Amino acid sequence: MPVPSRSVRLLLLAGFATLLLFPLFGERFYLQLLAHIMLMAVFAMSLDLLVGFAGLVSLGHTAFFGVGGYALMLLTSSAGPANLWLTLPVALAAAAVAAVIIGLLVLRSSGVYFIMVTLAFTQMLYYFAIGQKWLGGSDGAYINFKPRAALFGFVPFDLQKPLHFYWVALALMAGTYLLLFVILRSLFGRVVCAIRSNEGRLASLGIPTFRYKLVCFVIAGALAGLAGYFASAQYGVVNPDFFGWRLAGEVLMIVILGGMGTLHGPILGAFALVLLEDSLSVASKHWLLPMGLFIIAAVLLLPKGIAGLLERARA
Amino acid sequence: MDAIVFFLIQVLNGVQYGLLLFLVASGLTLVFGIMGVVNLAHGSFYMVGAYLAYALTQALGNLWLSLVAAVPLALIIGLLLELLFRPLYRRDHLYQVLLTYGLILALEETRSLLFGDDVHGVPIPPALDFSVPLTADLSYPVYRLWISAACLALAGALYLVISKTRIGMAIRAGAANREMVQLLGIDVGMVFRIVFVAGVVLAAFAGMIAAPVATVYPGMGNAILILSFVVVVIGGIGSIKGAFVAALLIGLADTFGQVVAPDFAGMTVYVLMAAVLLWRPAGLFGRGT
Amino acid sequence: MTALTRTTSRRRMLLGVGAAGLAVGSGFVPARFAIGQQAKVKIGLMLPYSGTYALLGKNIDDAFRLAIEEQGGKLGGREIEYVTLDDEAEPAKGADNANKLINRDKVDFLVGTVHSGVQMAMLKVARDNEQFMLIPNAGLKEATGSLCAPYVFRTSFSNMQPGLAMGKVAGERGVKRAVTITWDYAAGAESVDGFKDTFTKAGGTVEKELALPFPQVEFQSLLTQIASIKPDLVYAFFAGGGAAKFIKDYAAAGLRPNIPLVGAGFLTDGVLEAVGQAGDGIETTLHYADGLDNAKDKAFRPAFKSKTSREADVYAVQGYDTAQLLTIGMNAVKGDVKARKELIAAMEQAEIDSPRGKFRLSKAHNPIQDFYLRKVQGRENRVVSVAAKALADPATGCATA
Repeated sequence: MPVPSRSVRLLLLAGFATLLLFPLFGERFYLQLLAHIMLMAVFAMSLDLLVGFAGLVSLGHTAFFGVGGYALMLLTSSAGPANLWLTLPVALAAAAVAAVIIGLLVLRSSGVYFIMVTLAFTQMLYYFAIGQKWLGGSDGAYINFKPRAALFGFVPFDLQKPLHFYWVALALMAGTYLLLFVILRSLFGRVVCAIRSNEGRLASLGIPTFRYKLVCFVIAGALAGLAGYFASAQYGVVNPDFFGWRLAGEVLMIVILGGMGTLHGPILGAFALVLLEDSLSVASKHWLLPMGLFIIAAVLLLPKGIAGLLERARA
Repeated sequence: MDAIVFFLIQVLNGVQYGLLLFLVASGLTLVFGIMGVVNLAHGSFYMVGAYLAYALTQALGNLWLSLVAAVPLALIIGLLLELLFRPLYRRDHLYQVLLTYGLILALEETRSLLFGDDVHGVPIPPALDFSVPLTADLSYPVYRLWISAACLALAGALYLVISKTRIGMAIRAGAANREMVQLLGIDVGMVFRIVFVAGVVLAAFAGMIAAPVATVYPGMGNAILILSFVVVVIGGIGSIKGAFVAALLIGLADTFGQVVAPDFAGMTVYVLMAAVLLWRPAGLFGRGT
Repeated sequence: MTALTRTTSRRRMLLGVGAAGLAVGSGFVPARFAIGQQAKVKIGLMLPYSGTYALLGKNIDDAFRLAIEEQGGKLGGREIEYVTLDDEAEPAKGADNANKLINRDKVDFLVGTVHSGVQMAMLKVARDNEQFMLIPNAGLKEATGSLCAPYVFRTSFSNMQPGLAMGKVAGERGVKRAVTITWDYAAGAESVDGFKDTFTKAGGTVEKELALPFPQVEFQSLLTQIASIKPDLVYAFFAGGGAAKFIKDYAAAGLRPNIPLVGAGFLTDGVLEAVGQAGDGIETTLHYADGLDNAKDKAFRPAFKSKTSREADVYAVQGYDTAQLLTIGMNAVKGDVKARKELIAAMEQAEIDSPRGKFRLSKAHNPIQDFYLRKVQGRENRVVSVAAKALADPATGCATA
C-alpha cells in the first residue's frame, strides 16, 4: 500500500493530536458528534479495505454493521447492562460469521455484479428485520443500557460518560487504522492488493485468491460489526435502516470522497461528509441541493478524493 | 374465482409489471454495460419523466401531445448531464457513482423547488380510460395493456437497433470489449454520449407513460431504482435480451411471492437475484466478467 | 516562491480552511446563553423537509408557526427562536439528529416528527435526556404506550385510533367479512389491529390481512387476491403517493361497485387531486374532515392558505395544535420552562380548541378525540357523521395511564 507522504503524515498526526486534546475544550455534544464521526470512520475504513485495496466494491457493507448493532440489542436484557467483554466478541463473531456466509456466496461475482449481489444480501436482511417482531420490526428496538466494561470487578471506562465514549471511539479509530496498516503491509495484504490488479496471474501462480478475498471480506465484516456495535450503543437504538441501502451508499460515498486506497482517506471523508451534512441541514431546508452540488463539484475537482487533494497540495 | 383463472390473471399481472420494469431497466442496462456507470440517478430520471408528463399535461391538456414535447426535453437534459460525465470517462468508475449520487440529491431538491411536494395525478387519455372485465368482480385497465404494448414495441425497436444498425454494433462491441472498439476506429466518446442520452430518455419515457397509473410524487424514483438494478444484474449487464427476460422473471416472482410467501414478499426478488448470480455469476445473458 | 514556502503556505491554507470549515460546519461557536425570562424560547423542529414526506413536514412547520404568530409570536411572554432540522425520514440518522437538537442547540422543546421509525429513535434520545418533546404526527403506539413519559406529548393520533373508529362503523353496518391491506410495517399493522379489534367485537371476521413490502406500489397481485376472496369490505391503510396509486388501481380493477373500499383517513388525504374520479365515495375515518362546522376551523383554513398558498390538511392541523398545546402550557408558567411540573400539569389539563373540534389529552398524553366518518365528494373529504365520540387509545403498557 502507498505510504502517505511525510507532510501528510504530519498533518494526520496533528489531526490526531487535536482529537486527543479536543475534550479539553469541546463540550459534551461535540464529543458525541466526533465519537459518531470516528465510528463512521471505522466503518468506512473497513469498507475501504474491500473497495480501495481488494477492489471489491460493496454496496452491502451495512449487513455487518447492522448485525453488530442487532447483536448488542439481542444480548442486552431489559434488566441491566450487558458486559462489554462478553458481548463484543459475540457481536464481532456474529458479524464475521455473517461475512463468511455472505462472502462464500458473493465472492464468486466481481465488478458491478459484486456491487449488486452485496446489495441484495443487505436488502434481504433489511426486509428480514422488518418482518421479525423479536428484532423490533420496522420501527426498530432499544438497547436500554450501554454495555459495561467491567473486567473481574475492574471498570477501566464507563461508556455512559460521553467523554469515555469519546476516548473509546478515538481508540477504535486509531486501532483500526493501525490494524489495517499492519495487515496491508503484511504478505497477506500485499497479496490482496495484487489480486486487485491482476487476479488471473496470481491464480495461475497457484495462490488461492478466493481464500484471500474471503479472509479479507471477513476482516472487513468484523470491523464493520465493531462500528455497528458501538454506533448502536451510542444512542441505544437499532432499526432496519441500519441495513438500508441509504446508509450503505453514504459510507461508500465517504470512502470515495475521502480517497479510496488510502487508510486516512476514509477518516477524512467521514469528517468532511458528516460535518458538511451537519452544517448544511441546519442552514437551509433546501440543503439537499447544495449538498448534491458539492458532491458533483468534489467529483469533478478532486480526482482522488480529499486524500488526493492533500498529496497534490504537497506537490 | 377459479384457481386456474386466478393463476392466469396473476400471470398477466406479473408480465405486465415485468414489462414496465423492463422499460425502466433497459436504459440502465445500456449505460451500465457500455459505460460501466452504476447510475444511481436512473430512478431520478424516471421521476423527471413523470413530472415532465405532469407539467406538460397540465399545460397542453393531453398526454400524447406532452409525450411529443417531453421526449426532446429529456433529450436536452440528457445532453446537458452528459457534459458532467465527460471528464470522468477515463477515471475510476466509482467517481461516476459518486457523481450520480450527487445528482440524486440535486434533482430531488430541484423537483421540490419547481413542483412542490404534493402528490399529483396525470389523467389517462380518454380513449384508453376504461377497463375490460376479466371476471365478475375483476377487470383490467386498458391503459395498462397499452403500456405493455408500448414496452413490447420498444423492446422490439431496441433489439433491432442493437442487432441491425452500425451504432448498435458499436454498442455491442463496446459492451464486450472497449479497447476493441477503439482499435476499430469508432469514436468511443460518441458511443458513450449516445448511450447515456438514450439511457436518460428511456428512463424519462418510462416515467412519462407510467405517470397516469403510477401517480407522481416525491421520492417516486427510489423504489423503482433498486428493482431496475436487480433486473439489469439478473439479465446480465449490457444485455437488452437479458433485461427483458429478467424483468419478466422479477415481475412474476414478485407477483407470486405475494401470493405464496406473503411474509417474505420483500425478500423474494433479492433471493431470486442471489440465486441467479450463484448459478451464473454474470447474470443470465452476461458475457462473463 | 520557493518550493518550501509554497508548501507551508498551502498547508497553512488547508489547515485554515479545515478549521474554518469545522467552526462554521458544526456551529462551534458556543451557544449563547442568557438567563431569565428575556432569553428566547428555543424550539427545535425536526421534520422531513425533503423526500416523500416533505409536504407533511412543511405543513406541520408552517401551521406551527402560524399558531404562534396568531398569538403575537411569543410563548408565555418570551420571544421564540426556531431551529429546524431535516430528518429526511431516515431512521438510521434519527438518534443523531435528535441529539443535535437536544445537546447542541439545547432546545427547550423538541417538536417532531412524521415517520414512526425516526420517532422511535428520537424518543430514545428524548427519554435519555428527559427532553420535553411534542409529537405532531407519528402514530407509533409505544410513544403513548409502553414508552410513554411525563414530558412526551402527542397532538396527532395513535395508529390504532382511526382503525378502531372504522371497525366500529363497519360493525354497526352489519358487515361480516372484511379484508385488510397495508404496507408491511408497524404503522400499518397497528392500524389494522385497531380495525380488527372493534370489527371482530361487533361480530365481523377479517378473512385475510394483506400486506406488501414498503415502499412498493405494485398492487395488482393483492387486488387479484381481493377479487378472489370477495369480501364485503376492504380496509386500507396507505398514505401519500402509494395511497393515490392504490385508490386508482382499486377503481381500475373494477372492485369498487361490489366491494366497498374504506380506510384510515390518510388514504384519501392530500391525494384527491391526484386520483380524480377514482376517489369518489370512498369512506374513511380520521380526526379531521372537510366541512366541519366549527369557528376555529373556519378561521384556520383561510389563515393557513394565505400564509402558505397551500390548502390546510390534517397534518397542518396537528402542527397548529402542537403550538396551541405548547402555548397553553407556557402561558400557565409564564414562560418559565424550569417549572416543568406546572408546565406538564397545565398541558395535561388543557382543552385544545382545535380546527378538528375541541379535545383533551389522555393520561398517556395522546388526544382523546372525535373520529369523523368522511366521504370523498369531489376534491373533499366531507364529514358524514361522528364515527366515534371521544375515542381514546388503549395506551397499553403506559405506567402513568
